[in-house]
Amino acid sequence: MTIEQKQQHEQELPEKADAREWLHAMAVIRRFEERAGEMYAKAKVGGFLHLAIGEEATIIGSVRAMRDTDYLISTYRSHGHALARGTNPNAVMAELFGKEGGCSRGRGGSMHMFDYERRFMGGYGIVGGNLPIGAGHALASDYKGTDDATLCVFGDGASNQGTFGETMNLAALWRLPIVFMVTNNQFGMGTALERHSAVLDLARKAEGYGIPGTQCDGMDVVDTHHTIAGAIERARSERQPMLVEAVTYRFRGHSMADPEEYRTKEQVEEWRKRDPIIAFSQRLIDAGLIDEGDADEIDKEALGIVDEAVAFADRSPFPPPESLYDDIYVLGDQVRGWYSVDERSAGVHRGEDERDLAEED
Amino acid sequence: MAVMRYREALNAALREEMQRDEDVFLMGEDIGVFNGAFKVTNGLLEEFGDRRVRDTPISENSIVGMGVGAAMLGLRPVVELMTVNFSLLALDQIVNSAAHIHYMFGGQVRVPLVIRMPQGAGHQLGPTHSHCFEALYLHVPGLLVAIPSNAADAKGLLKAAIRDDNPVIFIEHEYLYGQRGDVPDDEDFTLDFGRARVAREGDDITVVGISRMALTAQKAAEHLADEHDISCEVIDPRTLRPLDLDTIVESVRKTNRCVIVEEGWPHGGVGANLAALVQEQAFDWLDAPVSRVTGADLPMPYSKPLEQIAFPHEPQVVEAVRALFGDV
Repeated sequence: MTIEQKQQHEQELPEKADAREWLHAMAVIRRFEERAGEMYAKAKVGGFLHLAIGEEATIIGSVRAMRDTDYLISTYRSHGHALARGTNPNAVMAELFGKEGGCSRGRGGSMHMFDYERRFMGGYGIVGGNLPIGAGHALASDYKGTDDATLCVFGDGASNQGTFGETMNLAALWRLPIVFMVTNNQFGMGTALERHSAVLDLARKAEGYGIPGTQCDGMDVVDTHHTIAGAIERARSERQPMLVEAVTYRFRGHSMADPEEYRTKEQVEEWRKRDPIIAFSQRLIDAGLIDEGDADEIDKEALGIVDEAVAFADRSPFPPPESLYDDIYVLGDQVRGWYSVDERSAGVHRGEDERDLAEED
Repeated sequence: MAVMRYREALNAALREEMQRDEDVFLMGEDIGVFNGAFKVTNGLLEEFGDRRVRDTPISENSIVGMGVGAAMLGLRPVVELMTVNFSLLALDQIVNSAAHIHYMFGGQVRVPLVIRMPQGAGHQLGPTHSHCFEALYLHVPGLLVAIPSNAADAKGLLKAAIRDDNPVIFIEHEYLYGQRGDVPDDEDFTLDFGRARVAREGDDITVVGISRMALTAQKAAEHLADEHDISCEVIDPRTLRPLDLDTIVESVRKTNRCVIVEEGWPHGGVGANLAALVQEQAFDWLDAPVSRVTGADLPMPYSKPLEQIAFPHEPQVVEAVRALFGDV
């Protein structure tokens, strides 16, 4: 990216209300993730916890370029995507707590957020696993004759999976309305980009499959928004799938269980100087769209939202034990109760179909 | 009723469901212009066009994944994998996505996806192209698993699979594609999953045959009746998830003996699972251990004489049955 291009984007700040909302949304993600980390340390959150601190501009810049009717599909680092799409922070925190009030009813956890109503089609735990599924969403949009598009987000590590090549080829071949965004945070878990990918210019990695790529500054919410908006427009109107590389950095470890021995403190500090929230906030102040007081107020609001999310998650009950087998299957003509699948136990169980009870009488 | 081959019955099921429901579409390798590696999709591209009959690149994991993604938005994709062997390349999408999505997202979304694939040995295709994997898919909660062994079942179960809201692993058999049978031509003929078929009634022993082995078991039963005066009740479960254990247990309680015949490997196989269930629920009725006849525990050899002794045939079933009567 040249300096000229960058300056051009800098002239395109969103309108005041949008600017404030973007900053607010980024602050909510930051404060949410910080609190989630604290809750993990308190053992209120189990399993893996992958935080997106440092990547807020990639999330809000891209998601704000989508229509409400578009589909978003993400990875195991997906709290921010759910929040960006409008999922209630209470439900996201409750999911981390494994509570019934969670956005996946406590069945998915940190890696598997989901919100069908807001067309957030999920976080996926397997690296690269979401690419073909996202392409399937785009195929469905195309098949139904809508002009909905799909934004499929994954990390630099996923660009080495087989599904990357397979899905790029299929999307280009069938001209699907999809934008692939590779969030290049410089590491596939603990392996640095230059040690896991022969091609470092990830934007070019799908060219051989017929998908043009472009790069944006993932620390700059405006640049990310501008680039993704253009890519979605091409995908939607020209049926030209696109790849966008958002260059960013995660300030925290891969997960909470990461000793971070693969990178230096100096490198982290260098990137922290480019903190996307501080940078955007300063630009808005410089442009006169907000003042220092507004910035403080936005942060306070974000903290309040997160406080409420934790309180809600604490209040929300754990799923009852008798619901253990709920939703393994859609019950109907073929599956008339989970007991018909787990044959070890032939008794009467929740989910059992009344017709079977009638037959036994 | 019409007499048709197994592959024609499947073709009729696909055609009827596509005519009935615009949301049903097909994806797979060589299913369109080539008319299907086993001709199951013969003529469907011509009738429905390339929007609904989609030739894909050779990318099994992503084909299945796209089917999952399309199904989540309400379509009813039928994905054909050329054979069960290649489904190994799609295991991530089958297990981590198709089978788990409904549960792991708290029931918010359904995956009404059918994944069809044929299996089986006998054509000298060697270690990588002769697998039987019903046990592999039986293992996974969230999947339905069908294993039709005749033309009528193939049609009725496939139509039911397409109409169902769960992901279905639909395992056909390469040997069976050319077999003829009576098939109901009613467009609303469907067969419920979890309803076993008693292929032959009998009193002395229950023989459960899986997939193609339902036929082998029937032939063995004829021989046992004619030559050894043993009356076999032959049961074809038709689906393994859900499993009609009631019919099998009821039969075992009548006959007091049970042999399970499958083409797949013995360890962790369908028979191993079924034997455990039968002894749990009919132990007091058993006069002999539950016995299994399975494929040999090895990678399938190419050489014809070796291949032929590496999966079950009628004589092995006859021998296993007679052994339970102390007859051999």
